[in-house]
Formats: sequence, structure tokens, C-alpha cells
Amino acid sequence: MSDVILEMRNITKTFPGVKALDNVSFSVNRGEIHALVGENGAGKSTLMKVLSGVYPHGSYSGDIIFEGKECAFRDITESEAIGLVIIHQELALIPYLSITENLFLGNEQGQRGIINWNESVSKTKELLKRVGLDESPNSLITNIGVGKQQLVEIAKALAKKVKLLILDEPTASLNESDSEKLLQLLLQFKENGISSILISHKLSEVSKVADSITILRDGATIETLDCRKDSIGEDRIIRGMVGRDITNRFPPRDSKIGDTFFEVQNWNAYHPLHADRKISDSVNFHVKKGEVVGIAGLMGAGRTELAMSIFGRSYGSRISGKVIKDGKEIDVSSIEKAVNNGIAYATEDRKSYGLVLIQEIKDNITLTNLDEVSSMGVINEPKETAITTKYRTDLNIKCSSILQKAVNLSGGNQQKVVLSKWLFAQPDILILDEPTRGIDVGAKYEIYTIINRLAAEGKGIIMISSELPEILGICDRIYVMKEGKIVGEIPAKEATQEIVMKFIMTQEVTEQ
Amino acid sequence: MKALLNLLKTNIREYGMLIALIVIMAFFQYQTKGVLLKPINITNLFLQNSYVIIMALGMLLIIVAGWIDLSIGSIAAFVGAIAAVMMIKMDFPWWLAILLSLLAGGLIGAWNGYWVAYVKIPAFIATLAGMLVFRGLTYLILNGEQIGRFPDQFQKLSTGFIPDYFHMEGFHLTTLLIGIVISIVLIVLDIQSRKNQKKYGFEVTPIAFFLIKNSLITGALMGLCYLLASYKGLPNVLVLMSVFIAFYTYVTNQTVLGRRIYAMGGNEKAARLSGVNTPKLLFQTFVNMGVLAALGGLIVTARLNSATPKAGTGFELDVIAACFIGGASSSGGIGTVIGAVVGAFVIGVMNNGMSILGIGIDWQQAIKGFVLLLAVFFDVYNKNKS
Repeated sequence: MSDVILEMRNITKTFPGVKALDNVSFSVNRGEIHALVGENGAGKSTLMKVLSGVYPHGSYSGDIIFEGKECAFRDITESEAIGLVIIHQELALIPYLSITENLFLGNEQGQRGIINWNESVSKTKELLKRVGLDESPNSLITNIGVGKQQLVEIAKALAKKVKLLILDEPTASLNESDSEKLLQLLLQFKENGISSILISHKLSEVSKVADSITILRDGATIETLDCRKDSIGEDRIIRGMVGRDITNRFPPRDSKIGDTFFEVQNWNAYHPLHADRKISDSVNFHVKKGEVVGIAGLMGAGRTELAMSIFGRSYGSRISGKVIKDGKEIDVSSIEKAVNNGIAYATEDRKSYGLVLIQEIKDNITLTNLDEVSSMGVINEPKETAITTKYRTDLNIKCSSILQKAVNLSGGNQQKVVLSKWLFAQPDILILDEPTRGIDVGAKYEIYTIINRLAAEGKGIIMISSELPEILGICDRIYVMKEGKIVGEIPAKEATQEIVMKFIMTQEVTEQ
Repeated sequence: MKALLNLLKTNIREYGMLIALIVIMAFFQYQTKGVLLKPINITNLFLQNSYVIIMALGMLLIIVAGWIDLSIGSIAAFVGAIAAVMMIKMDFPWWLAILLSLLAGGLIGAWNGYWVAYVKIPAFIATLAGMLVFRGLTYLILNGEQIGRFPDQFQKLSTGFIPDYFHMEGFHLTTLLIGIVISIVLIVLDIQSRKNQKKYGFEVTPIAFFLIKNSLITGALMGLCYLLASYKGLPNVLVLMSVFIAFYTYVTNQTVLGRRIYAMGGNEKAARLSGVNTPKLLFQTFVNMGVLAALGGLIVTARLNSATPKAGTGFELDVIAACFIGGASSSGGIGTVIGAVVGAFVIGVMNNGMSILGIGIDWQQAIKGFVLLLAVFFDVYNKNKS
């Protein structure tokens, strides 16, 4: 039918002690979008690193054939030279350089080391047009949003005359509309004959755009599904990924909801740098005992900013408003006070804000409440060990020992450590910001179970999430946020994906 | 045997520098034909390096917190100068002058800490400024001249020895007894911590390794005490230094304060969002550094028996080098008190050994530079390998 642009044959890659890839074969046709899915640790990233030359030829066994020629890349520049470009999950742009400078970094336009800026800028304009980005070529990367940065990365790939584009979790940090835009772009590239490999945890996207899907599990190819013949549902993909049917992605929940005990009234906050930009605008909300309250909204709607401004004023300036707990106004002017008043905030960015990666699991968990495991400032190590061990069992943290460093844990287990540390602070109200971002289906289910258990204990949970099915799946009540305002409140029973999206979109229409 | 080798391999960073120190000592002992480990030289070695070690304790905390302090040499000189003015020109009692000097050190530390922790000026710049400011003020206070000599009690801080209660001819028995008591305490503590680890199901080192380690430590300690005892006994400053080393080891390993400093250095944002008041903590770390720099300054002044405007020049470099040779990470969050002490001894033994051999200051500097580079290279190499 169509010709094969890339073929990887019998790839085996071992790390000391682990076989990361075991005889994996994988092929991509010219002009198709090929999705690569699998749980965390299934070997997707390793496979792509072998392909792009991050792991040089000789450090793995097997063959890579690109456009009929056998390849033996020694590093990334060699793979990029023949049109194989990988865009990593963590973007590799230099924040204080302009779009133009970033686009041609390492590929500068000019002669004998002198840059021709006119040519660079005009080429940049052309590339930005192709990816549908309306920004000045002189804008600094730091001043444009993540969604636009992602587009700049793609434009950079185009500048390198890409034939096969590899995207590792491109939409993980994008909101729904930016994600949509990116997927449309991939479809458009397909028309122009550029193939893509899409690695994604978001199965809805995969089933929407992919022409074929290859599923990896435990370092081996499980199957390749052809989506052109018959449509493949998400459940079908999940079955391949986990090797069994997950009949229910959300654990059943028997909510016993009590009285309102936590309330935020007339909350206002401004951006810390742009003094006139309001990030929270007259926000009012409440949480009942044993209730899981979702906050839905697009990226940049001000959900994280709202949570952080409440949590000890850790974000924003000129903050005003009342926080009421159990009928009394509480002081949340510093993080210490917020924690002492029973508020906990588990961040969306566990690596930079949640964990001290170079420290042990034990030290991370007890950091929020060291007073509990010490007397007169001296840490009681047996007590600390006992408590940490309990969290390890309760939350099923998979590790060799509680003395293992956090950096060596998988994303899901890191998230469990973040949850543990906040549970140890004994909060009454727990704000979870994107608690399941970038973790696999199995670990997600475990996190949901923990959330249910906490609610059953009578705690109030506020859950911020960009994944609508998740919000709909586990919340009792949903607030919709947009541009720093709460624009809707929906009981879970009445909520559907369409209703929530309508709240977000309608507002936009009335403003225009 | 194989298990032992494996263990050594995994703990190479922890013991590597200690082994290096022993090799360096053996080398100089051989080259100087036994002069290095003569009782009088060993005593001198401690007297010469005590201030580096005491300041390294403060610097280690600053480096673990993720910063650096370049001003400590100037602080030491400045404090020495005001101590001289207080004791010699104004006839303050020596103990009051020491107290006020330490207080002044704390205030200078607070000055540095304020700019770094609250105004958020990078420590490199803030303390570089401090280095210039306090050096200048030292010249001002001393009018560019030396001031001496100090009361005897003050000099004893650096040059005195603990009293002997047995009056044996040519042998300081008290020193040896103290050595025995400390050895027993160390062994008991290690057995206890081993028991505790076993109780919680942690992997413990094999018993053979445990025995070898303890007999080596005891042997080294007793050997040292024997050497010191056959000269004048334990120097006062060594007692002071040992108490400080023990105290700071305890603070870093066992206390909330220590744990928070490591967390702050490992990831400041995560620590702050966990409820740690990071600016305050960093401020305190600098105050602590100021006090220890002041103590170092007093020891040096007492040893020289005069305050000079040039005192303490370049101390900061030896102290910082000691921390890095001892395995501290320049990006923060990693480093041990014992490592810094071993690092300080590596520098001290090299200084002393090379001086005995009559190697000029030119080569001494260059060789120390290479050793620093080598130690950090070793660190980076190990990290990349794992």
C-alpha cells in the first residue's frame, strides 16, 4: 500500500540490570501519524532515544532503516541531518532569546559565522505562518505561553527540513484548544507528506488523529493497530496497554457529604509582575466535608494561581479576601500559617515545586510536619521511619526502601510521595493541582482511590485538573474557571463534557 | 572479601577522601623521614588548622544551603581588630571582649544574610562586597598598623593545653584517658545505631566491615592521643574544635534545623511550599557563619598574638576548598560536616608537609589547586558513572 519511511528491527537495549527494550520492531509509513502508547516505563522514550541517536549506534542491538538506508547514528545531529527530529516533553528553548534566534540555533543563517538577520527574520515569518503562530519573530520565548512555545519547537523542526517528526507528550502541558490546534497541524503535515510519531497518554487524542497505533508493554511490542480499517476505541487501547480490561477507569464512590466547612469569599489577587493584571477576580467558592470539588478550566484560567494565592500567598500580589474554616476566618498570610490552619496544596509541578529530588523518600514525606517527628528540635528517627513506612504501605509506593532518593522513582510513585507528605501535614482541606499529570492508567486509578478514601474520612478535596473526563469521573461538584473568574458551578450528576465546555466557550463568545 | 570490595565501591565517595588523606599523610611521613607525625608537629598541625576547620563548619552549611560566603577572611580580620582594640586599648576583660567579638561576628553575618535572604542579592556578590567592606574597616580600625600583645588568658585560647591531673614525667596521662573514654562512647553509639537500623529492617553493613571500621577509628584515635600525650597533651583549641565538630555533626544529622537546611539547598521552592520559612533559615545560616568566622578570627589573632590588617587574607579560599574537597556540591543540598573536616585536613597536611620539605609557596599554591580540581573531578566522574 504505502511505502515504509522508517523501520526499526529487533531493537534490544539493556541498562545495567534491566532490559529496557526487548526485541522491539516498529515501522512507520510515509505520510502517516503513528501513535506510540504504553504505560510509564514501557520503553517508549527509550525507543525514541535509540532512534534519534541519544543512545549511539553500538549501545543497542538491532537495525534502523530510514528511507531504505541503514542508519548508525552517533548523536542527535546525525539523525537530524537526515530529517528525523524529536521534540521532547521538556521543551529545549532558550527563554531569553527571541523566536528567530531559537529557530536557527545551531543552524544559523549566514556565512562565515556572520548572521544574516534579514534572511533569518524573513524565514522565521514564513515558518511561523506554516505552523499558524501569530507572533513577532522578535518576541522572547519567555514572554509567550507554553502552547506557543510548542509551536516554535515544531517550526524549528520544519527549519531543519523534517521528514519524520517525533513528538513526546506534546499536549501534556497544553489546554484543550491549544492541543486541538496542534493536532490539526499534525494532520496538515500529513497532507504535505511529513510523517509523525506521537507519544501520548491522552488516548482521546490518539484515537482521533492516529492512522496506526503501536502499543508497547514492558519493553516489548504488543501489537500494532490499524485505525484506517476500523475505528479503535480507547478501551481497546487500554486493554493492550495494561494487558487486561479496565472495566472502570474511576473507582466507585459512595459520597457522604456533610456541611460546608471551608469557604473563600471575595478573593482578589493580582499578577506579581504585571501589577494591573487580575489573576483572581472576586472569587467565591465553598467546600463541604467529605466532598470532592473539581475546578475545571483552560490552561491559564487562573486555577493554579488561585490555589497558590490562598495557600500562604505563595503567588500573586495585593491579595485580598476572606478564608473561612469551621465558621471562623483563618489567617493564611504565610505558608506556615496556612498549613497550621489545615490547608495543604500539592503542586502540579512535582519535580520543581513538590519534591527535593536528591533527598530520600523519608525526608521528603516528613518535611511538611517535622515537629510531629521531633522533640525540642531533635528528630526522632525511629518514629520518622515508622511513619514513613506506614505511608509507603498505605499508598503503595513502589520503592526499594524509604531511603531511596525521590529522583529515582517513576512519576506515579513520585506523585504518591507528594500526596504522602501532604497527608502527613494532617490537613482538613487538600488542594490537588493536576494530581495525575503524566502518570499511567494504573497509577491514576490508585490516586483516585486515595482521593476517595480521604473524602470518606471527611476531608474536603479541591481538585484542579485539565482532563475533563477525570473531573467528571471523581468530583461531586464542579466549578468552571475562566480568566480568573468562576463562571459556572455544576453538580456532578448534571455535568457532561459538553456542558462544561459550553461554560468555557459561551463566556468567550459574549466577550468578543 | 568480594562483598567488602563492593561495599567500598558503593561508599567510595564517603571513604574516598579519607583514604586519600591517609595516602597523603603516608606520603609526607615517608618524604619528611618521619617528621610529619612527630608529636610536636602533630600538635602544630592542629594549632595551624583549627581556624580553617571551625570556619568550614559554617561554610558547609552555607554551601549546603546553596550559597557561598566570600567575606569570612575579612570578618576574621575585622573581629580580630575590634578584639584587639577592646582588650589592649580599652582594657576590657578578655572574656567580655570575646563575647562582644562573637556578637559582632553574628551581626556581620546578619548583615550578609539580610542582603542575600531578604533582598535576594546573589551571595557571591553580597559577600564579595562584604569582603571589601570589612577589609577596609579593618585597616581603618587598626590605622594600618599591628596591635599586640594580648592578655595571657586570651593567648591560651590558641596556644594553651588542657591541664594534667597526674603529673607524669613526659607523658600527659589525662589526654590518653580522654581518648579512651571517647573511643568507648563512639563504639557504643555505633552499636546502637546498628541495632536501630536492624530493628527497622534496613540493610546494615556486614559485621566484618563494622569491626574493621571501628577498630580503625579506635586505633587512629588512640594513636593520635598517644602522640599528643607524649608532647604537651591536648591543645585547648583541639578540644574546642572537637566539641564544635560533634555539635555540627549532630545538628546536620539529627535536628529539624539541619534537615530543613538540606531541603532548602536541595530544592528551595519545594522547601518553601512545604512550609519552611526559607528566607529566615538562610538568614540564620549566615548569622551562624558570621559567629564562626569571628571565632576563627579570634583564634588566629590569639595565635599570632597581634591583630594585623592583613590577617585572614585568603582564608575564604582554603575554607571553601575544604568543603568541596570534602564532597559538598556547589549546587547545594549535598555535603557532610565530617567531609569538610577531612577536606580541611587534606589541605592542612599538604601545607604542613610541603613546608617541612621546603617547597616554596609558589608550588604549594599550584599543587593545592590541582588537588581541589582532582577531588571535584573524582566527584563528577563518580556521579556520571552511576
